[in-house]
Amino acid sequence: MTFDYAPAPESRAVVDIAPSYGLFVDGEFAPASDGKVFKTVSPSTEEVLSEVAQASADDVDRAVKAARKAFEKWSALPGAERAKYLFRIARIIQERSRELAVLESLDNGKPIRESRDADLPLVAAHFFYYAGWADKLDHAGYGANPRPLGVAGQVIPWNFPLLMLAWKIAPALATGNTVVLKPAETTPLSALFFADICRQAGLPKGVVNILTGDGSTGAALVAHPDVNKVAFTGSTEVGKAIARTVAGTDKKVTLELGGKAANIVFDDAPLDQAVEGIVNGIFFNQGHVCCAGSRLLVQESVADEVLDALKRRMRTLRVGDPLDKNTDIGAINSAEQLARITALADAGEAEGAERWSPSCELPTTGYWFAPTLFTGVTQAHRIAREEIFGPVLSVLTFRTPAEAVEKANNTPYGLSAGIWTEKGSRMLWMANQLRAGVIWSNTFNKFDPASPFGGYQESGYGREGGRHGLEAYLNV
Amino acid sequence: MSELTGRLSVFKTYKLYVGGKFPRSESGRVYEVTDSKGTWLANAPLASRKDARDAVVAARKAFGGWSGATAYNRGQILYRVAEMLEGRRDQFTAEVAAAEGLSKAKAAAQVDAAIDRWVWYAGWSDKVAQIAGGANPVAGPYFNHSAPEPTGVVAVLAPQESSFLGLVSVIAPAIVTGNTVVLAAAENAPLPALSLAEVLATSDLPGGVVNILSGRTAELSAPLAAHQGVNALDLAGADEALAKDLETAAADNLKRVLRPAPANWTADPGTGRLLAFLETKTVWHPMGV
Repeated sequence: MTFDYAPAPESRAVVDIAPSYGLFVDGEFAPASDGKVFKTVSPSTEEVLSEVAQASADDVDRAVKAARKAFEKWSALPGAERAKYLFRIARIIQERSRELAVLESLDNGKPIRESRDADLPLVAAHFFYYAGWADKLDHAGYGANPRPLGVAGQVIPWNFPLLMLAWKIAPALATGNTVVLKPAETTPLSALFFADICRQAGLPKGVVNILTGDGSTGAALVAHPDVNKVAFTGSTEVGKAIARTVAGTDKKVTLELGGKAANIVFDDAPLDQAVEGIVNGIFFNQGHVCCAGSRLLVQESVADEVLDALKRRMRTLRVGDPLDKNTDIGAINSAEQLARITALADAGEAEGAERWSPSCELPTTGYWFAPTLFTGVTQAHRIAREEIFGPVLSVLTFRTPAEAVEKANNTPYGLSAGIWTEKGSRMLWMANQLRAGVIWSNTFNKFDPASPFGGYQESGYGREGGRHGLEAYLNV
Repeated sequence: MSELTGRLSVFKTYKLYVGGKFPRSESGRVYEVTDSKGTWLANAPLASRKDARDAVVAARKAFGGWSGATAYNRGQILYRVAEMLEGRRDQFTAEVAAAEGLSKAKAAAQVDAAIDRWVWYAGWSDKVAQIAGGANPVAGPYFNHSAPEPTGVVAVLAPQESSFLGLVSVIAPAIVTGNTVVLAAAENAPLPALSLAEVLATSDLPGGVVNILSGRTAELSAPLAAHQGVNALDLAGADEALAKDLETAAADNLKRVLRPAPANWTADPGTGRLLAFLETKTVWHPMGV
């Protein structure tokens, strides 16, 4: 006898979304200078949630001017005072975390279980962590009295809208910089709610400015001559364009870009745990994770066993309403992203890999993609080389540790990797050989504000998090 | 015209240094190197794009072994280079004096500073991981540790105005941490760099760890900046316009770029150049019994 899950929806009533939002510049919300707006929809229902302003180049200029003006006083403030503002923000985020989690799930499509238990606690933790650095910068290892850079132009992606905002804004403010941040076009709302948190915290006007808009807004911000620091998280393609834009300027830049992480399972691994790690590695946040373990490298001798267990586990994943507390996999963030995932998965089949998904009923409205597994994948297949950014896992096999290293490193990316083995010496050898910035051993997709994050090669440069994350915002 | 009664000096044929060998340029080209007053000193190889690509291949091949060597070993080898430099102090003094138009005493001071700088960087090999890495106190039952690792192959444009102290100041920090280097020597003063190659070749430094090219900086740096096998660029020897072009080309595979900046090579170099060509690797592992 089996029991069905009863619906367990989180209430939408905790969040009050206005029908329209302006740009947050110099402490005030105001419409775009040319009055342009765009709609943001809930990817799980295609319902229009709100209308937000499309910032023009003039608005970018206005925001940068506001940030420049605010920089003088903000950077001159004693670190201990800046710290207190950040502690306030962290506390208000904790107080409002339920509201923010629901908002994030609505606008992004991610399951409430993740926005509530992963995103929001980490967002608050980042502000707490960097708050404590604000008055200790002399001890950060970058010499005595390191100076802030000035105005930081920050562009963030749609996969973790509020968490990426925290990764960018917390270290920038702690080090005395002021900020103009552009959230992603499809997920602008939590950044606008954050503007309200800045207001509640009494943050001086102009220290944080939020510009909603599309890629053109981001490009104008990156290119603005009075921006001193550019921070970007997003695709490698856009990262390269930004690197070209800042060439020959004295802008400091950090880029957190794509990945195609290998998740390597040895025959001595604790297989049940490994299967959980594989599932978490690729299906967390619908696979919308730059460090997702999208290439499973499994030792040939246990490949069948691992695949059977993995398929068994995948059959239990619940796809559906992001606001249902039992949901494991929510909606794909946009129609555009769904089309990209679909195209790449189709390419996998066309190139000869074998596709498998558990039978699961997908909602009829909204953007959905069933958790998908490809076997018989070779290194030449597009699904083994290109970042899919969706719940699609490519499975390859290997025989020796050296072969695993060679296959894992056979990519221009170098963001993350996973290793599953009970043998400590092998784990350490593998970690040493892999060309990636974050190695998760017998775990996957763990994040912490004290732990530096960032990639090698075409996964970008610079680190976020930890003491290392301060360097990006200091004149060192 | 030399006096027929005196001893005729033996000219030196300067060569490139690629993969631990001393080839002429594959192009067969040379260019005239003069002292600061325009007097002919030697014909240096005018390296080509092909030489640059060969040097990248050699540097890539050497990377695994060099980055995999222990820090203690790398430090010993760098110190050995300093020992060999000390033994050739007079030769370098003469070359620097000619290249930069310095008095013998001033040139000697540059060479001494360069040797001392080399020793300073040698000592960093087994310390940089301790200052740039460490334990991360994450909120959970995990062992979490960060350590720096070399970026890979670094293309270095040697400073144009400081033929030896500047040169040493850009090579040593790049290699001490395990990177390998393709160097474009100062265009008008390449001879100290080409002589340094002879020192490196006899100092236990594995072939390919440092590769030295002489020639036109702009001609050599363009293929290096565009090369997919190069991981980072040190633009110390580029002027503003060239630096912008190279940084733009470097974006194609997201090379790490160290921009040119006004430099006082005699000042304490700090750790900037050392840290510029490092990646941070963070490893997580669960803790429990």
